[in-house]
Amino acid sequence: MKSFLKYREIWLLAGIVVLIGLISTRFPGFADPANLRQVFNDTSILMILALGQMVVILTRSIDLSMASNLCFTGMVVAMLNAAHPAIPIPVLIVIALAVGLVLGAINGFLVWRLNIPSIVVTLGTLTIYRGTTFVVSGGAWVNADQMSPDFIDFQRAAFFGLPVLSWIAIIVIALFFLVMTRTAIGRSIYAIGVNPTASVYAGIDVGRTKFIVFCISGIIGGLAGYLWISRYVIASVEVANGYELNIIAACVIGGISIAGGIGSVGGAVLGALFLGIISNALPVINISPFWQMAISGSAIILAVVLNARGERRQGRIILRKAEAA
Amino acid sequence: MTDTPAPRHIPDRLDKPLSSAIFSWEALLVVIAVVIFAVNSFASPYFLDPWSLSDLTFNFTEKGLIALAMALLIISGEIDLSVAAIVALASTMMGMAVQAGAGTPVLVLIGIAVGLACGAFNGLLVTRLGLPSIVVTIGTMSLFRGIAFIILGDQAYKGYPESFAFFGQGYVWWVFSFELALFLVAALIYWFVLHRTSFGRRVFAIGNNPVACQFSGVRVDRIKFILFCLTGLMSGIASVLITSRLGSTRPSIAQGYELEAITMVVLGGVSILGGAGSILGVVLAAFIMGLVTFGLGLLNVPGIVMSIFIGLLLIIVIALPIVWRRLREGRFA
Repeated sequence: MKSFLKYREIWLLAGIVVLIGLISTRFPGFADPANLRQVFNDTSILMILALGQMVVILTRSIDLSMASNLCFTGMVVAMLNAAHPAIPIPVLIVIALAVGLVLGAINGFLVWRLNIPSIVVTLGTLTIYRGTTFVVSGGAWVNADQMSPDFIDFQRAAFFGLPVLSWIAIIVIALFFLVMTRTAIGRSIYAIGVNPTASVYAGIDVGRTKFIVFCISGIIGGLAGYLWISRYVIASVEVANGYELNIIAACVIGGISIAGGIGSVGGAVLGALFLGIISNALPVINISPFWQMAISGSAIILAVVLNARGERRQGRIILRKAEAA
Repeated sequence: MTDTPAPRHIPDRLDKPLSSAIFSWEALLVVIAVVIFAVNSFASPYFLDPWSLSDLTFNFTEKGLIALAMALLIISGEIDLSVAAIVALASTMMGMAVQAGAGTPVLVLIGIAVGLACGAFNGLLVTRLGLPSIVVTIGTMSLFRGIAFIILGDQAYKGYPESFAFFGQGYVWWVFSFELALFLVAALIYWFVLHRTSFGRRVFAIGNNPVACQFSGVRVDRIKFILFCLTGLMSGIASVLITSRLGSTRPSIAQGYELEAITMVVLGGVSILGGAGSILGVVLAAFIMGLVTFGLGLLNVPGIVMSIFIGLLLIIVIALPIVWRRLREGRFA
């Protein structure tokens, strides 16, 4: 039982249950299964993105360009759909994945081959990808009436009681779980984050693994690009502006250590759900949506304070005591 | 490319293309600045007008002021992503004070004090609780701007007193704006502090090895706390300038400034991993970014396209010395 309580995810899950309970006291319908399914569906895109960001953060890197990637890929598929409505949706999704992969690979290549810190690379590509979206679209929007009905309806189709979007999120979660816990690449990603030097001596190609994680986050960005555009049925340069920090926030709340090596698929999913629940709950309990930003901010700070208690390096404590004396 | 031997690839102690190139870094920036300046003056007949050039400086002075303090913070191995949110919160507080009938001196004081308080809050979280600054400041970034949103919603504060407009719109002499003068004076102070005082040496030392510093009797946490306060202070000052220049406050004010300020710092040759950099580089980078955005603006290039140039500039300037070194190694190997 004690080892069970050690897991951060259990505490986070408990926190979410308490949160839902608190919201239910103000708005009894919130804990209704139908409503919770809705919240899950609303949070699907953020969950997928958080998983993509997680693998990057686990290797002590960061991908600030995910939201711009999403914006660019979404614009590309929306314009393709508007120009050629006959292209089947599965093909469009493959195109979105491929475009996302290319953008991620560019990040990965710069990090791997040129050894530029990932925060610098993705800070650059953050503006480049979004700027390129403007160039590609000429600043125009793609509206709902330009998109084909298939493009919009695909993710909304119900399938065993859940929309396709939710199923996509579930499949992505399952895939990440398998990869992170059952494959060599998943273990390598953790190893690099815990100790890059030891990983090199253990025969892991650190640079190549980093390249791969950026490819993963790129693919995820591309997938989210299609899902986002077809969900909110508008493609513009402003899509998901600043969302990269929401993705990182979901990871941080989910207990993924920014120092690398610590974090789990369950954590990322729960972190995203936590943010999703807050944004879904505020309107129904009559709190102005303007509160949301401050509440997420406080949640991030609280989460990082709680997470840090388990991560504090023991060796430094003696010195800290000496300093205080 | 051939596989490099494994031990050279140990990534937690990245090799130092930045610090090894630092001697020529400012030279590189000057060359880039001159080239952009020349291209601009050929591209637009309006560019070489003193008043045009004066307008140009408004593009970077506010972000530049933040970048000066941010440079010290990044050299010490920390980062502050909440600076733009601090600008928004400070501006909102000034707006509230205006509604209560405060005069110009009180407004300035409030702006600076709010900035300082926010910086101190970041500093306390990072140093007292030992938290990673990138996460803390992502949190406070949402928190500070979130408070601005709670107070303002979709409203805006206006009605700033006329004397308040001087800070963002006034000129000290001929075409030299107050903003530019303040930026140059601040740059001089920061240059002196970083490169000519023991405090500055400690900032570099902390960035290179905080544990060794602790054992050498450097009060690592206190210096980091001071640096966070300084970054907050500069954000407060920038907030006064922006609010005064725009004459109104919205909660979305200065959105995205944090990334632009960090871009300036990194473009200026400061190592994002800490331990290396110079104020001269940051000032040059600020000028370059101002030149690029203003020059492209004169050519009617939209702001979002300019950002592509800034992004490319950032990556290329960082990659250039690395590629150059690789090529030379390849040739002489």
